[in-house]
Amino acid sequence: MLNSLWLIPVWPLLGFLVNGFFGRRIGKTAVGTIACGSVGLSLLASLGALGKLLARPAEARRVEQVLAPWIGAGNFQADWGLLLDPLSAVMILVVSGVGFLIHVYSIGYMREDPDYPRFFTYLNLFTFSMLMLVLANNYLLLYVFWEAVGLCSYLLIGFWFEKKSAADAGKKAFIVNRVGDFGFALGVMLLWTSLGTLRYDQVFAAAPAQLVAGGGVVTAITLLLFLGATGKSAQIPLYVWLPDAMEGPTPVSALIHAATMVTAGVYMVARSAPLFTLAPLSLSVVAWIGGLTAVFAATIALVQTDIKRIVAYSTISQLGYMFLGCGVGAYAAAIFHLMTHAFFKALLFLGSGSVIHGLSGEQDIRKMGGLRKHMPITAWTFLIAALANAGIFPLAGFWSKDEILYGAAAGGYGAVWALGAGGAFLTAFYMLRCYYLTFEGRSRVEPEAAHHLHESPPVMTVPLVILAVFAALVGFVGVPPEHGAYHRFVEPVFAGAKQVAGHAASVGEVPMAILSLVIALVGVWLATRFYVWRPEIPARMVERYPAAYRTLLHKYYVDELYDALIVEPIRRGSLWLWRRFDEPVIDGSVNGIGALIRIGSLALRRVQTGYVMSYVLSFIVGVVAILGYLAFWR
Amino acid sequence: MSVPLSAYLILSAYLFAMGVVGVATRRNALIIFMSIELMLNAVNLSFLAFARFLNSMDGQIFVFFVMVVAAAEVAVGLAIIIAIYRNKETVDVAELNLLKW
Repeated sequence: MLNSLWLIPVWPLLGFLVNGFFGRRIGKTAVGTIACGSVGLSLLASLGALGKLLARPAEARRVEQVLAPWIGAGNFQADWGLLLDPLSAVMILVVSGVGFLIHVYSIGYMREDPDYPRFFTYLNLFTFSMLMLVLANNYLLLYVFWEAVGLCSYLLIGFWFEKKSAADAGKKAFIVNRVGDFGFALGVMLLWTSLGTLRYDQVFAAAPAQLVAGGGVVTAITLLLFLGATGKSAQIPLYVWLPDAMEGPTPVSALIHAATMVTAGVYMVARSAPLFTLAPLSLSVVAWIGGLTAVFAATIALVQTDIKRIVAYSTISQLGYMFLGCGVGAYAAAIFHLMTHAFFKALLFLGSGSVIHGLSGEQDIRKMGGLRKHMPITAWTFLIAALANAGIFPLAGFWSKDEILYGAAAGGYGAVWALGAGGAFLTAFYMLRCYYLTFEGRSRVEPEAAHHLHESPPVMTVPLVILAVFAALVGFVGVPPEHGAYHRFVEPVFAGAKQVAGHAASVGEVPMAILSLVIALVGVWLATRFYVWRPEIPARMVERYPAAYRTLLHKYYVDELYDALIVEPIRRGSLWLWRRFDEPVIDGSVNGIGALIRIGSLALRRVQTGYVMSYVLSFIVGVVAILGYLAFWR
Repeated sequence: MSVPLSAYLILSAYLFAMGVVGVATRRNALIIFMSIELMLNAVNLSFLAFARFLNSMDGQIFVFFVMVVAAAEVAVGLAIIIAIYRNKETVDVAELNLLKW
């Protein structure tokens, strides 16, 4: 298995080709089987690779294969090269494992959609691109598939493109990501000009020797790379596309905008750990952006009423935690959180999808309530995921989030830790609020939706149950914290990046864990008080703090701010250029040249009489004149 | 006793000038076409005369080429004239002024 890493990504590619070319002819059952089967085969291949990797001694767990040369120009060399090490092994398992369950779920969720084959075609293309992204062995290949997953994201957000809001959301995601990708591309170029190579192993071997630690070059490289990560992983200031991306089908939100693609930025930062270690300034930027995003997005999630948007803001917030972890040097913890988050956040999305499915498209939690009686499996799995997200012992989110917070505290980043702890409280509150308003209390479902209310079919609930089991238990691979099986596996990848982070403050692990658990429990208690025991409190809070409520409801007016600061000036500038420059100057000069030639030809074209005799006459006169010149004057 | 070279050339020039005048003045496409053939044959005549007087075969060979080209030209040209006639019901070049501005 280790000798043929290409077996991992090739199946979704085949599925993409078959479904893309023949999807409409082979029928829905075949399309679904091919799509799920291909990802299932990738999952098996990934598991096989993991097994082989585990069988090796810790220091030999690194396989690199060059499938074919790609670009060779001068001393520039980029290959179709795959790299499997513990970091990418974790990533391919998340991508193919969670991806497989989401594919199966999609069979039920998308059953009625006329564009069923197109959906699975895109989904398979995405899975292929994502697997290649995490398996690439150089920055250029990473960049290519980074763009490819962005393309799939665009296609899937705008999957129902006949709806204007969906088409707009797709464009927004694509354009906002362009800003980040521009930085990423510049970072890769700068990396090449300063080191002359883009292969991970060569870059990380050369960087400490050729780049001044803490110097301008390495700081610029890492900040530019991180700019790319803020776009793809929806961090401040480029997070605005992710909530709108909820216009896509719910399985897409689960797969792309929760479990896999949005974590690409975290993966990239963790992969570049040796570079970030050389740039302490970039690291603190990463930590601060992550911490601020974690709190910022969590506060917005407090008051949102669209079930998917709550989960979306929660995703942004949790991604913030991952960057916080990377920034404080706790890379393994960040990737651990990435893994547990993939399970519980995919579960949250699929659970909301199941609710939306059961309510015939309703997404507003104010029109839900009391759904547990009607959809018990969805309710229980959603509760498990919500508690896991809230960081309640012993669910998966507890272990990973606690580890990140511990990393921040131990690394001496007190302020960042406070941000993370505050975010943890908010997370517990809004997750439970979402659960209570959706599944508990009195039913506020509209009559015609209540009529069709039903639990989802097994093809959707079985993935929910499997994900719930993982969301509950996957944290135990990281127990005991910092020394679990997971850490023994992944930690060696970051061995080189560890020393600088250091342990500046001495804090006990157990007290820290208890503290973060207490914080989360306070959040849970407060949510229960607000939405179960004293349901009149939220309305009173809104009355007492109307300005704060409106600010949060309008997401701090960031979209409006970006519209006013960036979109509108560009639109106006473009209009001005169109009316005042394009039309008069460019069109004017082109049309002017045409008019000039036309007017100049008015006189000359009279020569063309159309009479053969006159042409012959001029011909004869010409020949005689030339002959006469040759004979007599020369 | 042989005819001098100048006699051939004068005849050739006379024939050629006749062709030129025919092409320039006649309006019937067929006549113009025949005048062109006349010019070609005038040239052939001077080629042959030079070949005979210079004792060289080059001119003879050229004449064959000219005849082949002329035959091809006749085939194509007559076909065009027939096509024009079918289309316009006339072969009067004064009326065929489609190439006008």
